[in-house]
Amino acid sequence: MTIEQLAAIQSRRRFLKKCGAGISTAAFANLLSAEGYSTDSSKLPRVNPMAPRRPHFAPKAKNIILMYQSGAPSQLDLFDPKPGLSKWNGESLPPSLTKDLKLAFIKPNAKIMASPYKFKRYGQSGMEFSELVPHLGTCADDICMIRTMNTEAFNHDPGVLMLTTGHTQFGRPSIGSWVAYGLGSESQNLPGFVVLGSGKGPNGGSNIWGNGFLPSAYQGTRFRTTGDPILYLANNEGVSRELQRSRLDVIRKLNEKRYEETGDLEIAARINSYELAFRMQIAAPGLLDFSDEPQHILDAYGAEKEPTQAFGTNCLLARRMVERGVRFVMLNHGDWDAHQKIDENHRENCSMVDQPAAALIKDLKQRGLLDSTLVIWSAEFGRTPMIQLDRPDAGAGRDHHPDCYSLWLAGGGIKPGTILGETDDIGLKTVQDKVHVHDLQATVLHCLGFDHEKLTFHHEGRDFRLTDVGGTVIDSILL
Amino acid sequence: MTPRHIRGFLSWDRVALLISVSLGSVMGLYGAANSTPKINFEKEIRPIFVDRCQVCHGAQMQMNGLRLDRRDDALRGGYAGTVITPGNSVTSKLIHMVTGQIEDKIMPPAGKRLTEKEIDLLRTWIDQGAEWTQTASDKATTPHSLKSSHWAFQQLTKPAIPEVSNRFWVRNEVDQFILSRLEQEKIRPSPEADKVTLIRRLSLDLTGLPPTPNEVATFVKDSSETAYEDLVSRLLNSPHYGEQWGRHWLDLARYGDSHGFRGDQFRPHAWRYRHWVINSFNADTPFDRFTTEQIAGDLIAGRKVEQWVATGFHRNTPTNTEGGSDPEEWRFEQVVNRTNTVSTVWLGITAGCAQCHDHKYDPLTQKEYYQLFAFFNDAEEVNIDAPLAGERGAYLRALPKYQARRQRLLDEHRIPEQQAIWEEKLRHHAKNPGKENNWDVAFDELRTFVDLGEKILFTPTEFRSRKWEKRITDHFVSDYRQVVGREKWADMGLEKLSKELKELDTSLPPFSEAQAIHTERVPRQSYVFLRGSFKDPGIEVEPNTPAWLHPMETQQRATRLDLAHWLVSPENGVTPRVTVNRIWQQLFGRGIVGTSENFGSQGETPSHPALLNWLASEFRDNPSFKKMITKIVMSATYRQSSRMRKDVAERDPQNLLIARQQRFRLTAELIRDSTLVASGLLYPKIGGRSVRPPQPAGALRMGSTTMSRWRVSEGRDSYRRGMYIQYQRMAPYPLLTNFDMPTGYIAACRRERSNTALQALNLLNDPVFIEAAQALAFRAIAAEEDPTERLRYVFKLCLARNPDPVEIDWLETSLQEQRMILQSDLKRAQKLFPVELEGIPPEDGAAWVSMSSVLLNLDEFLTRE
Repeated sequence: MTIEQLAAIQSRRRFLKKCGAGISTAAFANLLSAEGYSTDSSKLPRVNPMAPRRPHFAPKAKNIILMYQSGAPSQLDLFDPKPGLSKWNGESLPPSLTKDLKLAFIKPNAKIMASPYKFKRYGQSGMEFSELVPHLGTCADDICMIRTMNTEAFNHDPGVLMLTTGHTQFGRPSIGSWVAYGLGSESQNLPGFVVLGSGKGPNGGSNIWGNGFLPSAYQGTRFRTTGDPILYLANNEGVSRELQRSRLDVIRKLNEKRYEETGDLEIAARINSYELAFRMQIAAPGLLDFSDEPQHILDAYGAEKEPTQAFGTNCLLARRMVERGVRFVMLNHGDWDAHQKIDENHRENCSMVDQPAAALIKDLKQRGLLDSTLVIWSAEFGRTPMIQLDRPDAGAGRDHHPDCYSLWLAGGGIKPGTILGETDDIGLKTVQDKVHVHDLQATVLHCLGFDHEKLTFHHEGRDFRLTDVGGTVIDSILL
Repeated sequence: MTPRHIRGFLSWDRVALLISVSLGSVMGLYGAANSTPKINFEKEIRPIFVDRCQVCHGAQMQMNGLRLDRRDDALRGGYAGTVITPGNSVTSKLIHMVTGQIEDKIMPPAGKRLTEKEIDLLRTWIDQGAEWTQTASDKATTPHSLKSSHWAFQQLTKPAIPEVSNRFWVRNEVDQFILSRLEQEKIRPSPEADKVTLIRRLSLDLTGLPPTPNEVATFVKDSSETAYEDLVSRLLNSPHYGEQWGRHWLDLARYGDSHGFRGDQFRPHAWRYRHWVINSFNADTPFDRFTTEQIAGDLIAGRKVEQWVATGFHRNTPTNTEGGSDPEEWRFEQVVNRTNTVSTVWLGITAGCAQCHDHKYDPLTQKEYYQLFAFFNDAEEVNIDAPLAGERGAYLRALPKYQARRQRLLDEHRIPEQQAIWEEKLRHHAKNPGKENNWDVAFDELRTFVDLGEKILFTPTEFRSRKWEKRITDHFVSDYRQVVGREKWADMGLEKLSKELKELDTSLPPFSEAQAIHTERVPRQSYVFLRGSFKDPGIEVEPNTPAWLHPMETQQRATRLDLAHWLVSPENGVTPRVTVNRIWQQLFGRGIVGTSENFGSQGETPSHPALLNWLASEFRDNPSFKKMITKIVMSATYRQSSRMRKDVAERDPQNLLIARQQRFRLTAELIRDSTLVASGLLYPKIGGRSVRPPQPAGALRMGSTTMSRWRVSEGRDSYRRGMYIQYQRMAPYPLLTNFDMPTGYIAACRRERSNTALQALNLLNDPVFIEAAQALAFRAIAAEEDPTERLRYVFKLCLARNPDPVEIDWLETSLQEQRMILQSDLKRAQKLFPVELEGIPPEDGAAWVSMSSVLLNLDEFLTRE
């Protein structure tokens, strides 16, 4: 059954013969469609919280795809070449260079390890990528690389909470929830904020797509690539779609009667939720059905072979969701946390994500979607130039490094083929253009048409925002 | 200032710091003063302060606790310490700040810098002794000593009960307050709800469980004058009362069964606090005792175990034990969490703002925040023996055999000898870090994964408790691989031993422990932590309560027990107000103050201030939850119908005037509970350990919890009430998240009530709810033969009331339609109705399952009317 056929069935059924309790039928019908935007919980659209809303000003980006690289890959081995490290290779740095350093496991006198990987310049921009990410290299002219990110947190969970919620403690809404709250959803058959995962579960757990103090309508909906795509999406084996529709019809009828008797708008919202649930039951499985994708697209993403299958499937799904109006897609991949055996870890992870991530950028571009879709690759922090020497049977790894690390952006109103920021010769400190996580968040919201200081929610007596009390839009990387 | 000038200045600074401050001031007084004309404070210095400093450091605002408009305050300095050292400009922070000598900081932070001339004036003025002519406005010396004028922080006086015209409607004092306002607005109250609605409302509000059809019938038939009162009294005496009201308290206590953060380790003893909460509500422990035991049960003279268990309130803070994290940072965060929670729950203020700066809207200063913080700063975490009745005997009987077997296992593997060597090395590397990385990591792991690991390691074996010894030995057996490598560890048989020890532990009968706190032996000095950073201590502070509330009585250094007594003092007006407001909120869906978490100036003003004060006064005089609840539910106000009214819908859309009751959606747990009651599946055991009902495979792995397996509870345990579902903070049970269970990181005073498609999918398709629908169908089939009677029966089990003819008609038609759909697909029908019953064809049984699920999804079922 297509959605059109379904709509026809619904319109045949009588909805609201009469209306009781002081609300006219017309007003009620309006409540079911679009509703305005408000920053006050009590004034939020109750009946259809996902009704589309306009941002503060004309946006460049309509959709966001955030590839969260959980566990933190080493910027020194992927994006920020440091030939200067080779002269220190195997040595300790003098204390003058390491005195203010905050480290998780290693001590400041740990030995330096120069990156064992070759870097190469790509494209017109000449942006450098290591041999571990050759596919991303071919997107150099679409990518904007920031090499001087910094964050307060040097442990994983606080770090990813900072990246996704703007605060190192739990309880704040995810960036995706802020976007769903600000924009609603273009798709009336799918959630506005979807979460996909591959590899190990991400740091931060469900908090990184949680709604915090925003209404739970704005929480990220976790899509799964095995089993039910959405938890409890499939009918019980004993319930056919026809039976489900029949059940929903009588639920709706009785709920409408109750609404007439009580006049409570929550019932209208409940009716709406049940209808959306049914539409999701039809629309969501179609998302996962790749039979309409040509073979060369499946191959480009590596969606059918190992080791790219999991991340490739998710990247392709992300594009299909963006096409269908999902505002915010979060792609989590892990685990990059290589305190030891970093070579093994990074080779494996890169072989999983490099090709699909590049394929997504190219695919969005060839469909004309990259201009309106902002793709972000980020971890919670970076890794140290020093190694963590470990047990005799384990290879070397790198520790956490929050002071300067790299991430990249593509599309959605960001200047392509640019590098922002300069780090010192050993990748320990920023020399020029320090960028804080709040600045990144302010910039992302800016691309979506929001003034990050005005996208607020009143809670516990004050207006909260994603960027907490900081954040400056990075003008220099905007188109 | 030229660069050369700065360099010269800086080197002089170093010299000055080397020689003593007193010498500096001598030089200042006799050196500088002789050669320079005397500065006129009023003409030359005060204008600088007024123009350039006092916007942030004046009467209106005291950033960082500093004010430069009054002599004594200016000389005392701010949270970071003194800023003016009379006679010595070189060591005066004021000069450092205006010259930008401290990295990244310069004052004023915005606008023009001070000119060289102005800075020289300040310098000279300080060197000449910082003489400050006092004017009248200088006289008052202590900032923030003013009492707050905000309504919520005033002492309570019992207001007079207003007169009303319609005496006939009034059942008790509550009604007079509500009605007098309604009469002013010329609005009539709503009629009383019908008896079925009343018993369902009362049952859900007081016990969280819907009434059975028998209970409904008995109440409807009971025409005695005391029928309603008897019902209230029966429900308040039900042990389920403690569960329902205890659960609300657990929201405030940010209860959870795991640490949160990476690893999300399970907390095996957390439930013992929940158990205490339920028992306390059932015993109707007076609120002053209830408060004192949770805040400071460990400090009560001759404390009983249960009183100590109560301090588990403070143990519900999330804990980060990620390897490599700074233990002091996270200890600090926990103290912050405790301070904020107590402030929200008992004082109705959002104290968190003052962690970093003086509160912008409320009178709480940053210094006062850290004075509150100081009460909790030397609270140390401890796990205590807290056996339930009957546990001790069985445990002690089994203990000798257990210990003998354990010792044998350990001896067989020569653990004592090897552990001693390992400990010796670990102690060595702990004291000399940076030599061998794997030993450094091993020490970090000990600190991370073993409660008090570091302390145990440095305590000689003969002084360790049996529990301590067990903890470190178990850790040694499993963690020795860190230093010898996994292969050797397995070869030594330690992998196997680790498993055997765990199995042996499960053979021991339960002996409950509880998470508690006690005070460290050596008091810990607290500071104002500048900008809220644990690394940046400012001036010292002692435990104390905010100056703008009633004074605290104490002889010496105040303790948590003093704080508890201060909270329950009759002089305290705010605690009774916030407490009765939350009770009201649970019974009307909204508090008299809508923002029940915030009674400060940014919170909402009360809709009925006099009523709030009257209820709070009553509660202060008789701090019994059950009495307060009885007073409210006995009122005519509570008994009103919740139907919307045309005549008030537009004037009062939020129902602030309470011209009717309120419909609202049940909480996550209550939706589960109601479903289990209707289907007859509920296992109504009270209290005890957490349970794990089924959840879809992989749902747990969405969060990064170490618990990759969710071992479903066996037998009836998986049909226990929602409040007992194990709460893993990083990956909560899906039903709880979908229906707005709070996150459990901070105190939650009220719950969001959202309405989403994921909720619909959850209730329509979750196997747990399908199973309930099956049970409900079986129940109905067994009870009634006639299809119409059967429908009535299912309907009543779900909604307590009888269906009307229209509803029966629709349901019968739909039942037929569903049966026909199922008849055409018998395989499916058998899935839905997986048993063979004589005289019940599968499509018939399946249609009843499907119809049962329909009723369990109705808005009316999910709503307390």
